[in-house]
Amino acid sequence: MSSIITCEHVVKRYDGVVAVDDLSFSVEEGEIFGLIGPNGAGKTTTIRMMMDIIKPDSGEVTVFGEKLGETTKNKLGYMPEERGLYKKLRVLESITYLASLKGMDRRLVPEKADKLLGRTGMLATRGKKIEEMSKGMGQIIQFITTIIHDPMLIILDEPFSGLDPVNTELLKDMCFDLKNRGRAVILSTHQMNQVEELCDRILMVNKGRAVLYGDLSEIKSGYQSNSVLLDYLGELGEVPGVSEKRARKDHIELVLDGKTTPGEVLAYLVKHDINVNRFEVATPSLNEIFLMEVGKHRE
Amino acid sequence: MNKTLLIFRHEFLHTIKRIGFVVMTLVVPVIALLAIGIYQLVTTVTEPSAVEVTTIGYVDELGGFDGYTTQGAIEFARYDTRDEATQALTSGDISEYFVIPHDYILTGLVNRYTLEKQLETPPSMVAAIKNFLTSNLLSDRVSRDTAIRIEAPLYVVVTRLTETGDIASDQGGYGNAIVPGIFAFLLAFSLNFSASYFVQGLGEEKENRLIEVLLSSVSPRQLLIGKILGLGAAGMVQVAVWLISLPLILGLASATIGGFFSTIELPPNFVVLGIIYFILGYLLFAVLSAGVGAISTGVREGQQLALVYTLFAFVPLWFSSLLFVFPSSPIWKVLTIFPITAPIAMMLKLGVTDIPAWELAASIIILALSIIVLLFLSIKIFRVYLLMYGKRPGLGEIIRNLRNA
Repeated sequence: MSSIITCEHVVKRYDGVVAVDDLSFSVEEGEIFGLIGPNGAGKTTTIRMMMDIIKPDSGEVTVFGEKLGETTKNKLGYMPEERGLYKKLRVLESITYLASLKGMDRRLVPEKADKLLGRTGMLATRGKKIEEMSKGMGQIIQFITTIIHDPMLIILDEPFSGLDPVNTELLKDMCFDLKNRGRAVILSTHQMNQVEELCDRILMVNKGRAVLYGDLSEIKSGYQSNSVLLDYLGELGEVPGVSEKRARKDHIELVLDGKTTPGEVLAYLVKHDINVNRFEVATPSLNEIFLMEVGKHRE
Repeated sequence: MNKTLLIFRHEFLHTIKRIGFVVMTLVVPVIALLAIGIYQLVTTVTEPSAVEVTTIGYVDELGGFDGYTTQGAIEFARYDTRDEATQALTSGDISEYFVIPHDYILTGLVNRYTLEKQLETPPSMVAAIKNFLTSNLLSDRVSRDTAIRIEAPLYVVVTRLTETGDIASDQGGYGNAIVPGIFAFLLAFSLNFSASYFVQGLGEEKENRLIEVLLSSVSPRQLLIGKILGLGAAGMVQVAVWLISLPLILGLASATIGGFFSTIELPPNFVVLGIIYFILGYLLFAVLSAGVGAISTGVREGQQLALVYTLFAFVPLWFSSLLFVFPSSPIWKVLTIFPITAPIAMMLKLGVTDIPAWELAASIIILALSIIVLLFLSIKIFRVYLLMYGKRPGLGEIIRNLRNA
C-alpha cells in the first residue's frame, strides 16, 4: 500500500491561536481512516488544509508525493459537514457542474450520474430541482457529487448525520466499495460506533495535536481494562484476586485487584468446576477511550 | 475546459435564467414601446378636440379693438356691455370674457371673467389675448409683417462652429443628450442589479457551504475571475438588448412623435466611451461586491452593505439637472473622476458638453487603478473571509488580517 495523502508537521494559527499544532499523519490506499476529536480540536482546519482550501503556516501536505495544486484537487472529493447545493438547479445540472469543476468531461457525467442515482434509488430525481428534495435526499446527491469524478481520496465530514437507517447503510456500503477499489476514505465524525465499524486506522486530535494515531485494533488492545467479562452456570463464591463484581445484563464484570492476571482467574474457575459460557478480557469501547483521552487533556 | 471558463459559463447561464434578470432586460424596451403606443392612443383620442374653436367674449370700453378676432383656435366675440357679456357667459354662449377698460392704455389692466376655478390664466389664453390686443393697437400704425414680428420677435437658431470656422459635425443640444442620458440611467440600473446578483450568489454559496466544495475544486482567484466575467457577460447582454432596441424605439418614436425625437443624434465617441465605461464600471462594482460578499455572513447582510456603493451610482443622476444648467461646475469634475460615480457621470456629461482630454484621461486612469487595487484586495479578502461564518469582521480586523495575509 502507498500513501495517498501525507501531512508532515503541519501548523495553522488563527489570530495567534494555534488551531493545528505540528500534525503528521498519512492515509493509505484502500483504507477507511477515522479523523476524530472533540469540537474545536482542529479537524475541519486539517481537512481544509488537505483540500488546499487554506494553506498551512508551516509543514507540508502532499498527494501522491506531489504538492497540492490544481491537478491534485481533481484527485480529491470533499463533502463538508453542513451541506447544500444550488437550490434552483436541477439534480443533473448540479452534478454536472460540480463534476466538471473536478476536471471530469461534461459529456461523461450523465451516464455515470445515472449509474450512481440508480444505485441509490434516486434516478427519478435527476430532473428535479434541489429545492424540491428532502434534506436526506439532498445529502445523497451531495455524496454522489463528491465521488462521481472517481477521486483517490474522499473526505466525508459527518456523513451520517441526518440520514435514516436505510440511507446510512447505503452510504456505508458505498464507503466499503470505495475502499475495495483501492480508494482512501477519511471519515470525520463524532459517532464512535461508526468509526469502530468502518475504520481501519484512526487519528484522534485534541487541541490541534495528535493524541492517538494508528491501527484501531492495536490502539484498542493498548487500552485493555483491568477486568474480565464472565457468563457462567453454578455458584461462583469468592474469587481470589477479584476486588469487585459488577452485574451486567447477561454477564458479570470481575474487576481484578491489579496483582492477578485474567489467566489466573480462568485457572481458578476451571479448577473449581465453574461452568464457563463466556470468558473475555474487557476492552474499552472507542467511545470510552475518546472520553478518557479528551478528559486527560482537559485536566 | 479551463475551470475559470466553467465558472464563467455557470454564472452567465445562471444569471440570464433568473426571472428578475429577464424581466429587467425586457421591461425597458417594453415600457418604451408602451409609452409610444399610449402617446399615439392619446393623440388619436384628443385630436378632434384640438381643432375645436373656443369662443370668448370681450367688452371694449376704450374702443378701437375691432379686428383680428381670430387668434388660432380662439374666436373673440364683442359685447357692448358687461351685463350682456355676463349673460352670454352664464348661458354658455362663451366660455369667458374680458373687459378692456377706458384707462387700459395707462394701466395695461384687463379684467377677465370666467366660471372656472383656476390657479392662473392658461398660457395659451394669455398669448391669444396679448396677440389680439397687440394687433389691434398696432393696426394702421405699422405694416402687418412688422406687427407679427413685434408679437414674436425672437426665434433662435444656434450653429456651432469649429475652431477653424467650419460648421461642427456635433451640434449639441438636448437631441445630443438624450441617448447618453438614457444609457447612463440604464447603466446605473444594470450596475446595481449586477452588484446585487453578485452579492446574492456569493451569500447563498456561503450560507449553504457550497463555497467549501467550490474551493476544494478551484482556487479563490479562478472563482472570483469566473464570477466577474460571467456576471459581466450577463450585464453586457442586458445593456446590448437595451442599446439594440434603443435606436429602433427612438426611430419609431421619431416617426410617430416627431419633433424633438427627430433631432436625436449620438455624440462622437459615445459608443467607444460607452463600452469602456460599461466594462470599467462593471469591473469596479464586481470587485467591490466580491469583497463585500466575502465578509458578509449571508445574502441579506451582503445586500445591505452593497447599498453603500450602489447608491453612489445614482448620485450623478440626482445632480443631472445641475449639469444641464452648469455643465462646467466643479461638482461635475469631482463626479466624473471619483471612481464609483465616474461611469454614470461621464456618460451624462458626454451628451451635454465637451469633456477636456485631461478630465477623460484622469477619469479612466483613476477608475482603472482603483479596479486593480480593489481586485488585489478582494482576492485577499476572499481568501481570508470566504470560509468564516457567523460574525462579520470589523474594519480594523479586516485591515489587520489583510496586512498579515
